[in-house]
Amino acid sequence: MKQSKIGAWIALVVGALYFVVPLIGTFEFSLRMRRGAYSFDAYRVVLTDPRFQATFGYSTVLAFATIVVGVVLVVPTAYWIQLRLPRLRPIVEFITLLPLVIPAIVLVFGYLRIYGSSSLLPMTSNERATDVLLMFSYVTLALPYMYRAVDTGLRSIDVRTLTEAAESLGAGWATILFKVIFPNVRVAVLSGAFLTFAIVIGEFTMASLLDRPAFGPYLQLIGANRAYEPSALAIIAFIVTWACMGLLQVFGRGTKALAAPAPGRVK
Amino acid sequence: MAFLEIESVRKSFGAQHVVQNFDLAIKRGEFVSFLGPSGCGKTTTLRMVAGFEAPSAGKIRIDDKDVTQLRPNQRHVGMVFQSYALFPNMTVADNVGFGLKVAKKPAAEIRPRVEEMLRLIKLPALGSRYPSQLSGGQQQRVALARALAVKPQVLLLDEPLSALDAKIRVSLREEIRTVQRELGITTVYVTHDQEEALSMSDRIVVMNEGKVEQIGTPFEIYNFPRTRFVASFVGTLNIMRGRVVDPAAGKIEVDGQPIVAAQGVAGAQAGEQRAVALRPEAVTLDQATGDRNRMQGLIEEVSFLGAVVRIRVRFKESAISLDTFNNPNVPPPGRGQPATVSFARADLLVLEGAPGA
Amino acid sequence: MAQQSQVAAGMPPIARLRPSQGFLVWLGVAPFFVFALMFLILPTGYLLVGAFQDPNGNFTLANLGDLFQPSILSAYWVSIEVSAASAIGGALVGFFLAYAAVLGGLPGWIRPTLMTFSGVASNFAGIPLAFAFLATLGRVGLVTTLLIKFFDFNIYSTGFNLLSFWGLALTYLYFQIPLMVLILTPALDGLKREWREASAILGASTWQYWRYVALPVLWPSILGTTLLLFANAFGAIATAYGLTGSSLNIVTILLYAQIRGDVLHNENLGYALALGMILITGLSNAAYIWLSGRARRGLG
Repeated sequence: MKQSKIGAWIALVVGALYFVVPLIGTFEFSLRMRRGAYSFDAYRVVLTDPRFQATFGYSTVLAFATIVVGVVLVVPTAYWIQLRLPRLRPIVEFITLLPLVIPAIVLVFGYLRIYGSSSLLPMTSNERATDVLLMFSYVTLALPYMYRAVDTGLRSIDVRTLTEAAESLGAGWATILFKVIFPNVRVAVLSGAFLTFAIVIGEFTMASLLDRPAFGPYLQLIGANRAYEPSALAIIAFIVTWACMGLLQVFGRGTKALAAPAPGRVK
Repeated sequence: MAFLEIESVRKSFGAQHVVQNFDLAIKRGEFVSFLGPSGCGKTTTLRMVAGFEAPSAGKIRIDDKDVTQLRPNQRHVGMVFQSYALFPNMTVADNVGFGLKVAKKPAAEIRPRVEEMLRLIKLPALGSRYPSQLSGGQQQRVALARALAVKPQVLLLDEPLSALDAKIRVSLREEIRTVQRELGITTVYVTHDQEEALSMSDRIVVMNEGKVEQIGTPFEIYNFPRTRFVASFVGTLNIMRGRVVDPAAGKIEVDGQPIVAAQGVAGAQAGEQRAVALRPEAVTLDQATGDRNRMQGLIEEVSFLGAVVRIRVRFKESAISLDTFNNPNVPPPGRGQPATVSFARADLLVLEGAPGA
Repeated sequence: MAQQSQVAAGMPPIARLRPSQGFLVWLGVAPFFVFALMFLILPTGYLLVGAFQDPNGNFTLANLGDLFQPSILSAYWVSIEVSAASAIGGALVGFFLAYAAVLGGLPGWIRPTLMTFSGVASNFAGIPLAFAFLATLGRVGLVTTLLIKFFDFNIYSTGFNLLSFWGLALTYLYFQIPLMVLILTPALDGLKREWREASAILGASTWQYWRYVALPVLWPSILGTTLLLFANAFGAIATAYGLTGSSLNIVTILLYAQIRGDVLHNENLGYALALGMILITGLSNAAYIWLSGRARRGLG
């Protein structure tokens, strides 16, 4: 059936303009640092700024910690639910949806009250403890995506039958976990990991309220005080996000569920 | 007087020729099937009649009007899809009345027509149900009613029974044929099931790889297949390797045993290899009488199918399957026993082309 | 009990490590539930309870009443307006983009490119997004200066200001539209090609098809996703903060200020503020989930 494609092209062009022009504008702005000529001065200033390196490094380390803790928390749980406690599945899925429903700022508000300096479990009393709290906050933010990726991955490999097959061949639980389950969810875990990394690197609200030297608060600080560096940082942030999503696509073939809605938690 | 004419229609996608030179004139009220394996071009041809594909060349005429350039919603043609394609958000009644609603007919006209259609397909009480609440067979009947409600000039069916269970398929195809006869509507039916085509059609068009192999009545197609493809696709057929001994006299040798084809072997020379074919029902397990052909072999396999017992007799390279009726007083022969089969000279078909082609 | 140990004794050692009843089964999911308790349920519960308490811990509804004072009410109202504007705008544009990619008959590479880009753009939010829009539509932004240079048209002279309600809504679209595209594309895939063909062969025009078949099937998805977009925007803060500092009075920024420095001078009122937020985002998300369920059934 022949259909007019003009409407479709118009929609696409308008959309493309809306999405591409800000990127061009930002890039152009970031090149304006040196008066009169385009240069990468803003990038040089930013990348050599010790605070950039410190905060980016901090956020990166935190991201890795979040990923590790997240995987250790999610994979056995998802496995156990599928294998032994399928009746608990609706409850667990509801819990994994909560971080999407409760705004991050509300969550961190709660953390500050419950784990603040004057409470039963003071996690904000020293810096290390606060780092740990921030990490757990990030695990919470990443939980929906990590769980959904792993759960889908486990379902696609029919984990129950695999486990029974392995047992009938004489494997112990450790062998099963490490030789049968983990390798098969590797792809799902990687997808969740890249998404977690993107979330953590750009996150502002929680890091700012918990007063930690993360990349998000640093971005905000630069924005408030400098003119051209913020644009350079925005471009860098976009490249990092793109890299994460790109790698996610590369590794995430087959975990289509993850490419679906990921309302950024960095808003 | 042809009602639906498909003239020299071709369809190519780049270098791929999906339909090659299709020519057919269908009479008013006729039921014609397009029969062939997947990918033979039958569905593409049907879709060209419907208007969903544009032919690369050729014309399509309905009631003497050239419709080739018309869009599907202008052709006044009805179509039944393999996947039923009932609108999930509408009741059965709304589905059936959709064509009329879209033509802006008044509600007072739509309601009785819908009821009439539901009675025609024998589902008068299901008007307020939704498609998801119906079985596959019921959904397809509703789809048929929907297509017929607007009184189309031509009815097209694209493998409508493929998604249904075997039992339903048999009852539904009888129903479709009954409705079609009652309404006298010109119909084109696409299927890969030769039993459907044989039992329902006035004429069959057998297609393979985009080409028309043969057009004829079911009787003609089954008993007088013109090509090896038609012979093997329609019904079961025994095919053997033969060596022509005397083409004029029709003398052929199969596995060293001499047999004769009544009509001779056209266009062949002595010593040439040819495929010969026999319908299972033409072969009997007995000593030959008169000038019937006779071959001797060993019983390879006996399949008890209930009313019918299918026996396979092997010669050297070739084998013949034959059917006999079950007889409680005569147990079927055992495997490995020697057997003689016979068949009339007129029943031996000599196919075009070398065996194994 | 005796039966259990008898059965257990007969089974191979491995199976005994996999109990189907009893205490050990729950051990496997204990870490998850402890985590959920500590970092989801308790913190939220604490705030919810605190919203109904006065500084001495007694039950009171006064905080809820205090939410209706002008400055807070206006904050809620602005939040709702911005969220609604960006949700509806995002839904409309997103729908047309998704339609163009799935059903528009465009070259095959367009759809995967759009999907990938949407995946990236839906995560490119927060402070960097604010910077990007400042650099483009700010007073010395690229588009602003280009429009002045080539068309002698200063958008700021029309009253437009990026650091305002409309500017924020426009910025939010950058992640709202991709989200709509990502969710709606599978829904559009669910529109079977045969429905389109069946409606055409029955004489329906394209408009009639959309009116009677496609939109009725799609509206739960469209409405549900719009509500999701609404909740998404309502809970957003980083973008707004990066764009306007704390000058724009929306609920999230008000809450931020409250957490930082108790600007409301009433701890419990802050909890009530959070409660209001959870109610609104919770309701929107619940509606989205319910409508998604309906959408899935409708396409069957």
